[in-house]
Amino acid sequence: MERIEPIEAGGKSLRLVARLDVKGPNLIKGIHLEGLRVIGDPGEHARRYYEQGCDELIYMDAVASLYGRNNLLDIVRDTARHCFVPITVGGGIRSEEDADALLRSGADKVAVNTAATERPALISALANRFGSQAVVLSVEAKRRPGTAGKQWEALTNNGRDHSGRDVVAWASEAIALGAGEILVTSVDQEGTRKGFDVDLMTAVCDAVNVPVIASGGMGSMADLAALTRAASVDGVAIADMLHYKRATFDDIRAACNASAVPVRQVA
Amino acid sequence: MTGVVIADYGVGNIFSVYHAFEAVGADATVTTDPALLRSADRLVIPGVGDFSNCMERLSRLGFRDEMLAFIQTGRPLLGICVGMQMLFETSAENGPTPGLGLIPGDVVRVPEAGVDGVRLKLPNTGWCSIDPPAPDTWRGSVLADLKPGDAMYFMHSYVPDVHDPADVLATLSFHGHRLTAAVRRDNLTGVQFHPERSARTGLSLLARFAAI
Repeated sequence: MERIEPIEAGGKSLRLVARLDVKGPNLIKGIHLEGLRVIGDPGEHARRYYEQGCDELIYMDAVASLYGRNNLLDIVRDTARHCFVPITVGGGIRSEEDADALLRSGADKVAVNTAATERPALISALANRFGSQAVVLSVEAKRRPGTAGKQWEALTNNGRDHSGRDVVAWASEAIALGAGEILVTSVDQEGTRKGFDVDLMTAVCDAVNVPVIASGGMGSMADLAALTRAASVDGVAIADMLHYKRATFDDIRAACNASAVPVRQVA
Repeated sequence: MTGVVIADYGVGNIFSVYHAFEAVGADATVTTDPALLRSADRLVIPGVGDFSNCMERLSRLGFRDEMLAFIQTGRPLLGICVGMQMLFETSAENGPTPGLGLIPGDVVRVPEAGVDGVRLKLPNTGWCSIDPPAPDTWRGSVLADLKPGDAMYFMHSYVPDVHDPADVLATLSFHGHRLTAAVRRDNLTGVQFHPERSARTGLSLLARFAAI
């Protein structure tokens, strides 16, 4: 296969990330993080996406914060035995011990949201112990009414509760505390197939100097091209398109190559 | 093939490293007992997070001395990420902190600006293409089955500045900078990226290492 040079001088490609939201034993998918539908077995899906050539996997325990614990240990362990790409795990991580258990089970990064908004020092504790590269801030962003779509509030508990925090300010604060990556989920766009919240992703990317993964709303390949033209995101989290088998990673890679979005070339 | 021993000194993605070797059919063992290094055919030193923490644990848990003795015998060693960085003389992370001094060079911060002056994002997290410094460099190495430009997964803010160019096995392009992706000196091989997380290209490296 002909080698395609990335368009950016960095030589780094856009990460195509499969996002798997999990409730109990099931892979689920919602709209605006609500109305969760059961898709199937999370491990089977993760394995299929790995074999298709995903760059990375995200597991998000959708109800963990409610119960105060992450139930993904077994699923992560099984996935890490078969899928040799980085795995980020989020949902219900409240302590160094929670993070340690996940990292020892094959997770490469842990994503924190609810507990960090309540106790930001959790971010620095995790970064000091495990390194910034292992600490992801997960932000569930919802447009504030009356701000012309230019301001967002960080929600918690999988989009159920308000933190009162401004998304861009919170992302900047979390980085100062040691977060090494930001996963930005647009609650407004999530599950709608209406495209990414490009303004949101641009605002976060312009404010931070760590990698940003954009999540929520990818309905077509054109949405991905539109996002990467406007915002300097480092990755995109894809769920709906994959879970409902509207596209495979081959399809997505081919579309990226056709629109000069730099992606890893899988032989 | 026999005998890949993975040193478990409390840091690093041991679980994934072990299963990646298992996936390529290697006989891998994870050990918290440094004495087991004496009977190892091949040794893997993983490592993530803070350099000085890794060095401190390596010494305190008795792995440092056994590792140095192992290297003296000429058997192959693979260092991954901070496990590779520790082979150098010093690291600037929270430092300078002394390393093992086995390969001339110092671990330095990844440049925070591109050659064009643009501010860069750190950590460098993601898939980067790696290249040999010369067309034949990878022959007989753990990268022998790869082709220039194949991608590996990186997750780091520090990188070795290698003093002897002959020790450089692979580089990556980073916004106009050439950074060290892999090193080789005698029986020591080190990789800045994570082969255990680099899908088929990474597994190919581990299979080669297990068969050296």
